[in-house]
Amino acid sequence: MEWATQIESQMHTETGASAEAAGSRGLGCSLRHFACEQNLLSRPDGSASFLQGDTSVLAGVYGPAEVKVSKEIFNKATLEVLLRPKIGLPGVAEKSRERLIRNTCEAVVLGALHPRTSITVVLQVISDAGSLLACCLNAACMALVDAGVPMRALFCGITCALDDDGNLVLDPTVKQEKVARAILTFALDSVEQKLLMSTTKGLYSNAEFQQCLVAAQTASQHVFRFYRESLQRRYSKS
Amino acid sequence: MKETPLSNCERRFLLRAIEEKKRLDGRQTYDYRNIKISFGTDYGCCIVELGKTRVLGQVSCELVSPKPNRATEGILFFNLELSQMAAPAFEPGRQSDLLVKLNRLLERCLRNSKCIDTESLCVVAGEKVWQIRVDLHLLNHDGNIIDAASIAAIVALCHFRRPDVSVQGDEVTLYTPEERDPVPLSIHHMPICVSFAFFQQGTYLLVDPNEREERVMDGLLVIAMNKHREICTIQSSGGIMLLKDQVLRCSKIAGVKVAEITELIQKALENDQKVRKEGGKFGFAESIAHQRITAFKMEKALIDTSDAGEKAGEIIAEAEPPSEVVCNPVLWTPGTAQVGEGTENAWGDLEDSEKEDEDQDGSDEAIILDNMKMDTGVELSDTGNQDATIVLSDSEEEEMIILEPDKSPKKIRTQTISAKQEKVPSKKPMKKRKKRAVN
Repeated sequence: MEWATQIESQMHTETGASAEAAGSRGLGCSLRHFACEQNLLSRPDGSASFLQGDTSVLAGVYGPAEVKVSKEIFNKATLEVLLRPKIGLPGVAEKSRERLIRNTCEAVVLGALHPRTSITVVLQVISDAGSLLACCLNAACMALVDAGVPMRALFCGITCALDDDGNLVLDPTVKQEKVARAILTFALDSVEQKLLMSTTKGLYSNAEFQQCLVAAQTASQHVFRFYRESLQRRYSKS
Repeated sequence: MKETPLSNCERRFLLRAIEEKKRLDGRQTYDYRNIKISFGTDYGCCIVELGKTRVLGQVSCELVSPKPNRATEGILFFNLELSQMAAPAFEPGRQSDLLVKLNRLLERCLRNSKCIDTESLCVVAGEKVWQIRVDLHLLNHDGNIIDAASIAAIVALCHFRRPDVSVQGDEVTLYTPEERDPVPLSIHHMPICVSFAFFQQGTYLLVDPNEREERVMDGLLVIAMNKHREICTIQSSGGIMLLKDQVLRCSKIAGVKVAEITELIQKALENDQKVRKEGGKFGFAESIAHQRITAFKMEKALIDTSDAGEKAGEIIAEAEPPSEVVCNPVLWTPGTAQVGEGTENAWGDLEDSEKEDEDQDGSDEAIILDNMKMDTGVELSDTGNQDATIVLSDSEEEEMIILEPDKSPKKIRTQTISAKQEKVPSKKPMKKRKKRAVN
């Protein structure tokens, strides 16, 4: 709330500011608290539960494993992503998210090292309190790391929301998503913070898109630091 | 992915261990694995861990119209999902025998035992009732799914709160959680399933079998009971013969186990209630063990995005300016416009050709109609013509000829006759005519 008031006061001083100046108002951006637990399921080869605030996703990874003949690819691993909603059966929205996550994973997983095998990522939504796709991406990455699937880089998901005044909100909650004019989700790689995937909803300008991307790149470094520290902790003792 | 088969020596080892009253995880015959219940931030959401078996339960509600034969009763719906996450052998979107069996058993345990007061779910008799949907997701399969699922279902139902409604005359008002506190479901009793695995044709018995033990067992007995020692459901599967004494002994053990589990559930529910009331932290984030080496937490992180705007500005400045595209919409035909550049619109042409087609069709029909009217005329003109008799046959060749446009009017006429012949249900009058024609 403190931040909100600060932003408002700034808004009053900067009347008639340009879009770039509007970006400087985004001082109050923050990521919610993060938590991650790896290797919590016994059956999958790798598993992770990722929490961003109250949003929580559980991921399980099988692979590289036997593949159905119909799905076999002769020179690389077949990557499958399944996303299961909490209530009811998976629908079109889940299929679309599965596709986005699969494309992101395919960009980083070194599938050529395991030809004619399958890598299956199963994601289960535990609770949705905003930035669900970003949380799914993070959970998928941590589970892939836990399964020991070779990857050229790690990846993370960051969601940005733009409200009516052009303010940028990182890692929005459901409430913030509802009032937002545009919601942009990016997947970034850990080596160069390059864009792996972007999906957007709503209206925004070119400048705003770049601004969100820069903000996401800044935020991604925090996420990658979180990855690093959590993995360091995990492998600290044998 | 296929299930890894259990090797013979593994099987023998397990059975011999059971004969010696030993279990792989060090439990005694009647011991349950540890049960852990954690709640999510929203109402009606819980994760139950029974050893390594994990089930996620979520209850949701919806206002629907009731079944016509049960106008004053709410609807209860159970759905257990075996996702591939739980075990590689579970295929998505397939109703396996195991799944059907488990779902049916859950329904019998929870719906048929009338543990939920369905009449209290009625809003307007015959018009609006609450449908309570219980979704259960198996997250990890390490044996004894049914016990974990039944605990998760009843815990989620106890934890659930539905929005309050009020009825004034014909008006039904639904209150948001902010306006009025949501109300819990009225639950009469808590049935809990207890599984018993039998080995060596019923000689040995184990409570709460894990996945390995389930694979070598001969038969399974599931008893659903509440803490008042009332049996809600009993099911024996696997095709073993059980003696009366065995069933009685199992029901006694079940009574003890159910009492323990019910106490645990109530404690967990009370704890959660207390934390919520005091405004403390709750949800899955709190249930992650801090000391575990695989778990890690990071507090809220502030991100300085003050330079984001400048950087974005730089990037845009560096990038080549996008080519200026003049977006003057061009109106081709009413209802068809073009925005931006592109190849020339082919829609107009298409429409023309379609029109032509339509025209042709229309004219054809007209001819047919004409010929139908001229039916008698045709008969007369074709008298003595051999062709006519041939044409009257149903062969497809004839029809092909007919479709060609540059045919003599006579042919078209014959076509219409054959067309008519198809329409006429019985061919008898036609044949008569044919004879006449030959004559």
